[in-house]
Amino acid sequence: MTDSTATLAPSQLHRTALNSVHRDHKAKMVDFGGWDMPVQYRGLIEEHMVVRTGVGIFDVSHMGDIQLRGPNSLAAVQKLLMNDASKLQVGQAHYTAMLYPNGTFVDDLILHKLSENDYLLVINAGTREKDVQWVRQAVGSMSGVHVTNVSDYYTQIAIQGPKAAATLQKLTDVDLTPIKNYWFTWGKVCGLYNVLIARTGYTGEDGFEIYVPSDEATSARVWAEVLAAGEEFGIMPCGLGARNTLRLESAMALYGHEISDNLNVFEANLGRYCKLGREPEGAIDFIGREALLEVKNNGGPSKRLVGLEMVERGIGRDGYPVFSLDGTRIGEVTSGSPAPFLKKNIALAYVPVAFIELGTEVAVEIRGQMVKAQVVPTPFYKRPKAATPVITAPLI
Amino acid sequence: MSYPEKYRYSKSHEWVLLEGDTATVGITDYAQGSLGDIVFVELPKIGQEIQSGSTFGSVESVKAVSDLYSPVTGSVSAINEALNSAPETINAAANDTWIIKVAVKSADEVPSLLSAADYEKFVAEETGH
Repeated sequence: MTDSTATLAPSQLHRTALNSVHRDHKAKMVDFGGWDMPVQYRGLIEEHMVVRTGVGIFDVSHMGDIQLRGPNSLAAVQKLLMNDASKLQVGQAHYTAMLYPNGTFVDDLILHKLSENDYLLVINAGTREKDVQWVRQAVGSMSGVHVTNVSDYYTQIAIQGPKAAATLQKLTDVDLTPIKNYWFTWGKVCGLYNVLIARTGYTGEDGFEIYVPSDEATSARVWAEVLAAGEEFGIMPCGLGARNTLRLESAMALYGHEISDNLNVFEANLGRYCKLGREPEGAIDFIGREALLEVKNNGGPSKRLVGLEMVERGIGRDGYPVFSLDGTRIGEVTSGSPAPFLKKNIALAYVPVAFIELGTEVAVEIRGQMVKAQVVPTPFYKRPKAATPVITAPLI
Repeated sequence: MSYPEKYRYSKSHEWVLLEGDTATVGITDYAQGSLGDIVFVELPKIGQEIQSGSTFGSVESVKAVSDLYSPVTGSVSAINEALNSAPETINAAANDTWIIKVAVKSADEVPSLLSAADYEKFVAEETGH
């Protein structure tokens, strides 16, 4: 058997403040977009399952952070990003993306409104430098806008799973219950004041991401305290392998796979996060809007991202070609893997719009063999709705 | 990691046990460990002719596909069909989980493969510790 190896020498890779902690945990380390990151600790499937059923902890400090501040920062954000940030309240976040003028992706990101005139963009690791340059180029010359790359200020820890809230609650004096999905607050965590606590994640599960100071000692201490707090729920450290299968089950896009500078918003099925008609009339439009409007007015995209489930035995993986049943090559798998929780082999793929109907059968070429797959609804996995609280106390 | 002395080893991380003119082939403990959770094994057909150094199937973990290389030349005489439904057996016991049996053309190939001690040294060099 053969194995692929990293492309950069370990010494050239970026490291998070938790690097030595991962090595102490005996994590298997890989080069992920120029970062020396844990791909798994004890086992990918175990780590995936613990997030679906209990709680897992991830080091996601490789993610980048850009802060936009100043009296004109909303205008800058509105020019830069496709969602409508004027709708955000202080303490609220949303999924959005920055686009090139042709409507393809610079990157997708989570935008947080920290306060009036103060926004935090959480961006992808592999696109950090490119993103910072793009932001400076696109809005850096606007008056009243201050762009800061704060990527190295934070150790970002994701605590994910149905027991995430119960775990984190033990470490903070903030009541986590009222924090809604995609909202955030500040509070004392592990004795650290004013820690950003966001109810966000990349797993399709309930969970939080906390942003703590990035010195090694503090990062390692918080990591250890979260592990200790989650012990009663069977917490495990989880690597990027599980993070990838979790996000794939939830059909969340990954830059370089489902989205790129070759794919536009409508092709990627992300139109619901793209506000072409902002109000009031004359509101600032975002870069890429005109190109997307043209796509929309010309009958929409010719290809679209769909979910596939393998019908026959085989695993369709990233980059494998997709064929129609009559043998014509029609597209390509962008991400494909066994889905550990669903126990199915799933994939996301771009196909012409003639093939996007649910139930359409296609074939994925797996090392020379045509293996049947079917278009299925996404997300593949949807977390169960939280149970309605049972009122145990008498109502009078 | 354990590498039984009764086996011979290939540099592509398969183990072989030769009994008469039948070679039993599996993957090593090191191989299963570096692959991670094995979820799929692609087996050859019985009767298929295979060459030493050529691929005869593949093992897939959640993350990756790895080809299986035959350490011997001959024809496939048996395949471990239990792996179709329980591929994770390889993770649990790589040394005790055979993948194929081969009716070998020449038993001379097997002694030229690595001994357990040499294989262990080879793995140590490959992984750098």
